[in-house]
Amino acid sequence: METRTAFHKKLREIQDDILAMGSMVGKAVLRSIEALKNRDMQLAQQIIADDRKINQKRFEIEEKCVELIATQQPMASDLRIILAVLNIIAEVERIGDYAEGIAKIAVMIGNEPPLKPLIDIPRMADQTVDMLRRSLDAFVNRDAEAAKKISTEDDTIDHLYDQVFRELLVFMAEDPKTITRATRLIWVAHNLERAADRITNICERVVYVVTGKMEEIGASRY
Amino acid sequence: MNINISVPDISARPAEKCVTKLKAENVNLFYGSFQCLRNVSLDIPSCSITAIIGPSGCGKSSLLRLFNRMNDLIPGVRVEGNVELDGIAIYDTKIDVVELRKRVGMVFQKPNPFPMSIFENVAYGPKRHGTKNRGELEEIVEKSLRQAALWDEVKDKLGQSGLALSGGQQQRLCIARVLAVEPEVILMDEPCSALDPVATLKIEDLMRSLAADYTIVIVTHNMQQAARVSDTAAFMMMEPDRAGMLVESGPTAQIFTNPKDKRTEDYITGRFG
Repeated sequence: METRTAFHKKLREIQDDILAMGSMVGKAVLRSIEALKNRDMQLAQQIIADDRKINQKRFEIEEKCVELIATQQPMASDLRIILAVLNIIAEVERIGDYAEGIAKIAVMIGNEPPLKPLIDIPRMADQTVDMLRRSLDAFVNRDAEAAKKISTEDDTIDHLYDQVFRELLVFMAEDPKTITRATRLIWVAHNLERAADRITNICERVVYVVTGKMEEIGASRY
Repeated sequence: MNINISVPDISARPAEKCVTKLKAENVNLFYGSFQCLRNVSLDIPSCSITAIIGPSGCGKSSLLRLFNRMNDLIPGVRVEGNVELDGIAIYDTKIDVVELRKRVGMVFQKPNPFPMSIFENVAYGPKRHGTKNRGELEEIVEKSLRQAALWDEVKDKLGQSGLALSGGQQQRLCIARVLAVEPEVILMDEPCSALDPVATLKIEDLMRSLAADYTIVIVTHNMQQAARVSDTAAFMMMEPDRAGMLVESGPTAQIFTNPKDKRTEDYITGRFG
């Protein structure tokens, strides 16, 4: 018989909030790439403005966690869940900042002619958002194995980043006039690479919730 | 009167002092035909605080009382297995129970000062154990009251009745009374359940300072208290026939963040109880 029904209900609500926040951030990342691809300044400005909503969501979740700690004195796995939530929301919010960063780069690029069709950068974004979604599912499902697997996928993102970097380096070497545009695209790829690193941190927290052990499960090459 | 009292410091816990002070080994405890404890084995380390937690009726207090043979006072009690203090079996027929209870003192749930003065409450034990000299008794009373963090509050009214003190002060008086006979172990059975939060924190603070020199075992329903105050925690629960059993014991930080047994996890997170 569950004796702390109200408390556990609140804990489940917090987890639903995290999924909602993850969804907001995932959308922001994908839309920032869309804004970049389509030279859509309005969309880019919207993403920049919407980042405040993501930050607000993070504060709301944090406040709920603080309230539960202060009033319910959570123990054992409940305590680990709340501690993990506090870490995870910071990571998710940061990924939101990377999306905002990409949107700002899109604004900077403005209507400059495209350097090349964007292929690997959208691929990086798709995979990053997929990893984010699955890492949060792993958290809600307490699936440490899934979390460990997701963290290994960071290597794919790193490879794509290498590829983007090499390709843009060639452009810059061949024609110095492309340096500004190429550098901005490298910034975009770098933002996505960092976002994926944040996801491995989320995965570490999932392992902690399940096993009680704090361990590094995947070190990025960058 | 000017006595130099060394205030116990919890950081000063020499490692060599920390040995197994009390030991229960495969203990079964019966009250008549009712089995109260089943196959309980637990080592209590010296110079630290061990908390026994668990749902009502799981035998926590019975286990505590086993360590100074307070259960002997209950008619029809029978103990199987081995209980040791410093490696000596305390249920041996040759054991002097009065001497045992001097070494293993006890503090109860409800403060129970004797209906006499504060001074006499503390001096009572040493007197019974043969100390007659007034000066010596005064020294013991002051030292014990200081150790129990009560001296400053009562030094000017030692002749007043112990019953006139507040609940928290009465409980500290009871602790001073235990300390006066220089025990090695202090058993505490829900020592704060009748106290307000401030008095509770004072007792907890006192326990932490005493832990440098004494072995303390506390039974508590208050899990936050067990988490705050103890070094080691032991979780007990009831089997279907209501016999108490030990589920798990270990360092307090581990029990409250990552217990090994699912039943401990379920209890401390309130998933049953």
